[in-house]
Amino acid sequence: MEVTDLVKRYPGRPVDAVAGVSFTVERGEVFGLLGPNGAGKTTTIGVLTTRVLPTGGTARVAGVDVAADPVTARSRLSVVPQRSNLDRSLTARQNLVFHAAYHGMGRAERNRRADELLDRLGLGDRGGDKVDDYSGGMAQRLLIARALMHAPQVVFLDEPSTGLDPQARLFVWERVRELRDSGVTVVITTHDMDEAAALADRVGIMDHGRLLALDTPAALTRSLPGSATLDVDVERAPGDSDEAVLAALAALPQAERVEPVADAAGLRARLYLSTDAAGTVGPVSEVLTARGARLTGVRIGEPSLEDVFLSLTGRELR
Amino acid sequence: MTAVETPRASSTAVPARPSVGRAFTALLWRDVFVTGREFVPFLLQVVLQPVFLLFVFGKVLVELGFTSSAYADVLLPGVVSLAAFLTALQNTAFPLVIDFSFTKEIEDRLLAPLPTALVAVEKVVFATMRALVAAAVMFPIGLWVLGSLPVTWSDVPVLVFFLVLGSLVGAAIGMTLGTFVKPNRINVVFAVVLTPLLFTGSTQFPWPALDQLRWFQVVCALNPLTYVSEALRAQMAPQVPHLSLTVCALALTGFLVVFGVLSLVGFRRRALD
Repeated sequence: MEVTDLVKRYPGRPVDAVAGVSFTVERGEVFGLLGPNGAGKTTTIGVLTTRVLPTGGTARVAGVDVAADPVTARSRLSVVPQRSNLDRSLTARQNLVFHAAYHGMGRAERNRRADELLDRLGLGDRGGDKVDDYSGGMAQRLLIARALMHAPQVVFLDEPSTGLDPQARLFVWERVRELRDSGVTVVITTHDMDEAAALADRVGIMDHGRLLALDTPAALTRSLPGSATLDVDVERAPGDSDEAVLAALAALPQAERVEPVADAAGLRARLYLSTDAAGTVGPVSEVLTARGARLTGVRIGEPSLEDVFLSLTGRELR
Repeated sequence: MTAVETPRASSTAVPARPSVGRAFTALLWRDVFVTGREFVPFLLQVVLQPVFLLFVFGKVLVELGFTSSAYADVLLPGVVSLAAFLTALQNTAFPLVIDFSFTKEIEDRLLAPLPTALVAVEKVVFATMRALVAAAVMFPIGLWVLGSLPVTWSDVPVLVFFLVLGSLVGAAIGMTLGTFVKPNRINVVFAVVLTPLLFTGSTQFPWPALDQLRWFQVVCALNPLTYVSEALRAQMAPQVPHLSLTVCALALTGFLVVFGVLSLVGFRRRALD
């Protein structure tokens, strides 16, 4: 999948919804597209899935230019929407069979595949039910089954586990990993940073129509300065003050910033670090020993993808 | 992975160029399949209004002596036309409003490997098929209510031609309404559009006889249904004054071009951003 200088401006809007985005996704990769509401990720996915016409730039999915040849592109991609759009006049199994028929699959093949996918997604005994009778989790699994019916090369999942219980969520994640293992490219849009970190090989973070960062989740969190934290519990010497201890810790070269943690019973200091948290425990202990204080507890906080996301896109509400 | 072969393995079996014809047929088959299972509700939905119209105006008023039995000859072609036209119109307008604005069920079809315009054409073709069923059912009902049927087998080709043409126009108008009107306004628009269509379509009177009511004649001339009614009347009751088949065919073709283009534009607007 290859996106080059993609631009989309909706008629009558002053700014571009997507303002020159470029990235490539390798075959068999799980790619996570993150961003606050209105960042442009839905529009980007809309272009890639042939539902939005680009204003500029090109997008190729499974080797096909989506704007020039949407019909072929549609035969190679599939979409799992956030909200169910299942055909409610049909049973679950008929949803799968008709979808395959739209994609030109023969009768015997589509019946066989429908039964296999229903089994694989844990719906084997519910294929004859109307989809109205399905729970949210079952509908989500059926949407995934439907998306796999025509053996797509690229699958787009929009917020795949929003509103699912933890079991269903893990189940969906497991299926996504299976897809990757079988060589299918998966593109996920999500707000859920844990989901992105758990599933995606690489993550792109979008805001205001632009791609702000693109890397593996581990590289993104490593790149964030001052987000590793070290919490230390201190029993200070009788003549010492909390302020003096905090000032001494702040003087450490590794500490970017130090603040007291309010909810602790005694003195707890949180150090925001520019380096590895574990390696800072020794210097902290030395500083405290020198003041006659005792280190009574340590907690290491690693930066998360969420920290990266917030540092790039800001904290204001959208 | 379990028994399912991997998508990579089976993706090689997918033809490089998808078959548009097969996709179109599958979409149409889905609609026929669903209607087949709900055939009785469908029939009740489309025939009740024309049946009552036929019964009250063609039978009750005649029996009571307010109209002559010759009026049935005027009415029956009009009622058949009405059944076809309105069935086609409603079968594109309502489903599209619901699909695009609420259930989003149409998305899976829009992602099928065929041009977006053909998804719209399929809707029009299917609405026309339903309209033809509704029109066909009116003939035995007419025989039953009125006691006679002024049709021979030789009339069938002309009747089918104009019913198909009229239904296509009705379906295109329905799709234009269903895609241009805001969903929260569709009820109001329907009330405002349907009733005038019903009473200005020359279904209950022959259009040429409106000479003395010139302004109303002009209004009726703007309603495509008029030309379906007139064409069927020309064929089924030639003794009643009527427009020529040529005029009807030309007028309906014109309406089809205008509303066909409008409906495709409207559909594309809703389907693609």
